[in-house]
Amino acid sequence: MTLKIAAKISSGLFVVDVHYEARPGITALFGPSGSGKSVSLAAVAGLLRPQSGTISFNEQQFANAEKSLHVRTQDRKIGMVSQNAALLSHLSPLENVAIALLNSHDRAQRQERASHWLGRVQAEHLAKLPTASLSGGEQQRVALARALAGAPQLLLLDEPFSALDQTSRIAVRSLIIELVAELKLTAIIVTHDLIDVAALANQLVLFEPGRTVASHELIRGQTAELARLVGLTI
Amino acid sequence: MTSWFPLWLSLRVSAMATIFASVAGIAVAYVLAKGRFRFRSLIEAVVTLPIVLPPTVLGYYLLTLLGVNSPIGKSWERIFGAPLVFTQTAAVIAASISALPYVVRTARAAIESVDVRLEAAARIAGLSEWQVARVVTFPVAARGIGAGVALGFARALGDFGATVMVAGNIPNRTQTLPIAVYDAVQSGDLDAARVGSFVLGAIAVIVLLIVTQISGRKL
Repeated sequence: MTLKIAAKISSGLFVVDVHYEARPGITALFGPSGSGKSVSLAAVAGLLRPQSGTISFNEQQFANAEKSLHVRTQDRKIGMVSQNAALLSHLSPLENVAIALLNSHDRAQRQERASHWLGRVQAEHLAKLPTASLSGGEQQRVALARALAGAPQLLLLDEPFSALDQTSRIAVRSLIIELVAELKLTAIIVTHDLIDVAALANQLVLFEPGRTVASHELIRGQTAELARLVGLTI
Repeated sequence: MTSWFPLWLSLRVSAMATIFASVAGIAVAYVLAKGRFRFRSLIEAVVTLPIVLPPTVLGYYLLTLLGVNSPIGKSWERIFGAPLVFTQTAAVIAASISALPYVVRTARAAIESVDVRLEAAARIAGLSEWQVARVVTFPVAARGIGAGVALGFARALGDFGATVMVAGNIPNRTQTLPIAVYDAVQSGDLDAARVGSFVLGAIAVIVLLIVTQISGRKL
């Protein structure tokens, strides 16, 4: 289950030249703001079309600019959690999760599966609360449950912790590590935080403005080696 | 104005016109807000035309389009055995056309203001474009769309020029309240004009209060 991306992608403001592979486990995209990390994630999700090059996952081509191939976002079977949890405030947390099951289950099954996934992210007690009343950490848990409910093989995480306090950040981080390992997912996380990289990632892709510059295997928790790779002295 | 018929007719015509203008207007608003296609500006201009055209000119064009010598008018007469113009149906059509741009413009602004990240999240969750519209776009934009529908109703209720051109001023048949007010002033019945104006004014104020309440409340 490897994601391969070798493409030039325009965000509308700048063009980013992206080359990396993400294997099962968690791959961190790390680099300065505006270097194109989130842009590359948007292209993987199908929200942006590459100007050139290809994106493929597990032998399925998501995009091939030369062949004008662009698989619709809906058909890529991915899960995504963004900085903004993007929950619908007119639906309950349970219903927010259930929308990922709209095309694959009947109403009763949807409720049951959504409840199951809320339980997996330790948010079952939030099921019927007003969505707008949830804290940032709670919203991210619900967003994670929605992302996983559709049974994706590829999980995209675009700065999912940036709006969270330290306690929520640690809790959601642990959940992601546990669920990615258990479900054997390929996950890609965009983060500005080296602690996130050290705690989560087993692969690191470094970005400079407009391009990827290197890719490294990591051993989770080896912060000294990580610091060396990103050019920090500790 | 000697009876409540004009008020009753106005409410009936406005209600039907609001339904037609809302169904068509919300669909057009969605296409204009989301679609990227040629002639989008042209469609937008045509839909907006009833706002900028003098109502009598709009009525004249409708009369030309629906009159007994037009293809639509002839077809109507062949099917229903009577002309379309100078009927309550014609009044509904005139009010619908007058209300349409108000629904379209307000609903379009509401649809365009929906956070695209919510729609993107729904697509990533596997929802088709129609499901994204049904589950995300329309519910999130509901207040703005509701305000557009209310404005459309107010416009339909107050329509004078286009309605009088295509439906005429036939007491107890096509005479709506704004036309009855005009008629009362012309015939010197100022009491009737005062009552009719007060009723129309009161309804307009109520609708504006509803619109303000709907669109001012945060989601």
